[in-house]
Amino acid sequence: METYADLIECEDVLLFANAAITSTGQREFHSAAGEQRLSLAFLHSYIHGNYPDLYAATLALDINDHNAALIIANLLGRKGGHPGDARLIAWRLARMSPPRVYRLFQELRRAGVNNRRTRALVRDWLAARPDLAFDAVKYRSAVKSAVRHAHLRPEGELGDFLFAPFSRARYDTPVLEAWRRAHYDKNALYDLPYTVAEGFAARHGISRAVFLERVAPRLTRLERLRLSESAERDGVRTEADLAAMPLVRLASYVLSLAADVRTRRRGELVAALRASAARAAGERAGTWGSVAAVLDDSFSSFGSPVKRRRPLAVALACHYLLQALAGGYRGLWLSGRAEPLHARPTGPTPLGRRILDALEGRPGLLVIVSDGWDNAPPGLAGEVLRVWRRKLDPAGKVGIVHLNPVYDAGQFDVRRLSPMVPTAGIRDAEDLPALVELARFAEGRTGLAELRAYLEDRAARR
Amino acid sequence: MIDLTGLDTRPAQTWGAMRLVPLVRREPIEDLRLHAKVYGDEASVVLLPDRTVYTAYVPHAFVASWTGDGTPAAAYGTQLGQPLRHVCVRTRRRMARRVDTNRLRFLPLHLAVEGFLALHFGGPEIAWEEWSRQAIAHGLSPRAEDAYTGAEVRGLDDALKVFEIYPGQCGLLLYAGDTLASAFVVPHPEDYRALHPTLIRDLYGELIYEYALFYPARDFPAAIDESAVTSLADLRAEAERHEREWAGFHDSVMAAGLLRAPARVEEVYRMGPYTLSRFLPSFERKSENHIGETITGADGRTAYLKTFRLSEAQSRRGHLLSELAAHGWNLAATAATLRISVPLLAARLERSGFGHLLRQDVMDAYRKQLNERTRRTRRGGAASPPA
Repeated sequence: METYADLIECEDVLLFANAAITSTGQREFHSAAGEQRLSLAFLHSYIHGNYPDLYAATLALDINDHNAALIIANLLGRKGGHPGDARLIAWRLARMSPPRVYRLFQELRRAGVNNRRTRALVRDWLAARPDLAFDAVKYRSAVKSAVRHAHLRPEGELGDFLFAPFSRARYDTPVLEAWRRAHYDKNALYDLPYTVAEGFAARHGISRAVFLERVAPRLTRLERLRLSESAERDGVRTEADLAAMPLVRLASYVLSLAADVRTRRRGELVAALRASAARAAGERAGTWGSVAAVLDDSFSSFGSPVKRRRPLAVALACHYLLQALAGGYRGLWLSGRAEPLHARPTGPTPLGRRILDALEGRPGLLVIVSDGWDNAPPGLAGEVLRVWRRKLDPAGKVGIVHLNPVYDAGQFDVRRLSPMVPTAGIRDAEDLPALVELARFAEGRTGLAELRAYLEDRAARR
Repeated sequence: MIDLTGLDTRPAQTWGAMRLVPLVRREPIEDLRLHAKVYGDEASVVLLPDRTVYTAYVPHAFVASWTGDGTPAAAYGTQLGQPLRHVCVRTRRRMARRVDTNRLRFLPLHLAVEGFLALHFGGPEIAWEEWSRQAIAHGLSPRAEDAYTGAEVRGLDDALKVFEIYPGQCGLLLYAGDTLASAFVVPHPEDYRALHPTLIRDLYGELIYEYALFYPARDFPAAIDESAVTSLADLRAEAERHEREWAGFHDSVMAAGLLRAPARVEEVYRMGPYTLSRFLPSFERKSENHIGETITGADGRTAYLKTFRLSEAQSRRGHLLSELAAHGWNLAATAATLRISVPLLAARLERSGFGHLLRQDVMDAYRKQLNERTRRTRRGGAASPPA
């Protein structure tokens, strides 16, 4: 039995899920960082206050790390809570990148949250780290702060390293010993993680080319990608493995290259994008039937200086992923450009016309990837979708989903194109299949009971 | 007179109280471009691959160092070809501020508007005895009008930042609170791209400044009549009709005040196929009054257009001055046309800030006449006027 309260709850949770997937509290094209953070903080306290049981369960969704950290901080800061929460939090922490977890611990310390649950979580997380000595070198002050805050006593060398590093004449752990020797020995610093070695190299006055050449084997996957352009100028190849990158990050990298570089390395880049997309599609590859996509490359897909070309990168990643998932695929860019590799954010957003072009072929599924600002002319996309659903396709033979990579701070949600078409926030293209699933709930065909069951099922599977 | 044929209106974009209406040229004008030399360190150099002849224009808002000795100078109104008429920028003036040794940052349009107004209102050309020596010798110059820079207009910077430039866009009509603030047209899309951010440094009248504080401009959301649609082709036709209707509505209603023939057009310069002219409005009260400049091609196409909307007070002053100019600066004749007495006209001149143009003794005499008349009326038993 559905009541209004159920409907509202259902909507609220989906609203929150969309926000938690898309917003990172950073500046966007249409809103400043402050607005984003204020809006997000309100949503968090609203959901936490009204649906405390569901609030923790949303950790099981594919929400981004920024919001996961916010949820965990809020959950730990308040008394009570569900017995299952701790397990879910521990699971989520294990999936977050270590710097972000350390930052979360530091924030907990700053906020004065130091209850038994928090200390246990910090202890367990630190105990589960594969190489804490490595962390201690790389994230020195953060590890120190976490250890202090959780009242831990790291035994042996690690305790000395953190709190009295020069009290020992030598260390037995290799990475700690390398750190000690790097202070005077130029050759020792190449055994340290890149970010630490960089500081020592500057101190020893080692030239950039020599340093990059020798530190190359120590680079992590992301450092390799990030450094590949600047290192190439110094004549060093970092051997970044593009195909192994997550799809959206790879798309971001491609979009950061100059047009002539993209033309020159066309074969390599397309192959990497295809391989990454095929990996993300997995066993679902080729099973989606005929798919058409309308992809937004208007000027607003530039994002902002802090999230450079993020919406465009998501659109580009979706293009390759949908190509891998679909049997027959047609991708339409708003600018009319045929070559997706040369996408760049420019021009207005004539969504209505492109949706018409896409519907012409009567695909089985139409996916629209756009930030929801339809301005040429405003509101035409919504009208086209409405008339299409009402008049030309009342049976819903063509499934239509709108995916939006941008959180709209003013509306506490991602912007919708039309109430007749489900809209879901998207951050990583890999989540696309799950989001199409989640969009089902937004359409109002399935109710709160199913949504709760879905959330609990996902939480239990974790 | 202002003819926007060849420029297509595209759907507007709104942000806050601002509405920005793009104008797109199907065929950009290739042989009239911004001169790279004048532009100097301000923007990129325009290179033409073939050796076609092209004409450059110097928009009145730009100041650069093109004098022989390298001192900065401001264009005295928009010019065609080599920039010859210029005002030297004196760095001690408040409107110019030295940034480093060889570059100045300033408010170029200040100079432009002042120079512009001085060009039009030179002052009395017949030396009637009422005018002061200063008015005869120097005219109305320097004549200053108050205006706000774009940076002071609330929300304009954000509106320009989030505006999505159309491919082939050569112009923009800017509305604040759905009141036309400024029109801006250039010959080539590349010029537009370079100049789009400079709209923030332009000047806008006080009307625009105040309207920008009002309620946000609303989009006109598209509405399609679903009963007329039976197939996808119908839907497409409806969508296209909607676009056409907006363009028609905009051109015939929203921009009508601008497109109505300006009262006075002055041809300034002719070079090759291009004519530079300045125009003045009719200075009618309670209607739109724009001053501006155009460059038109031989076929009448508008290659360049820049307007400044006058506020109500500015229109009144303009009206007064144009009436005076029309009657050869003769006070009696002007007063007769305005159907007021000469002393009242003098009082009106003083209220408008032109008191210094009349000789002091003449002014005093008029003032005395006025005072006496009011005293006499009061003595006649009428109630004293409200304070």
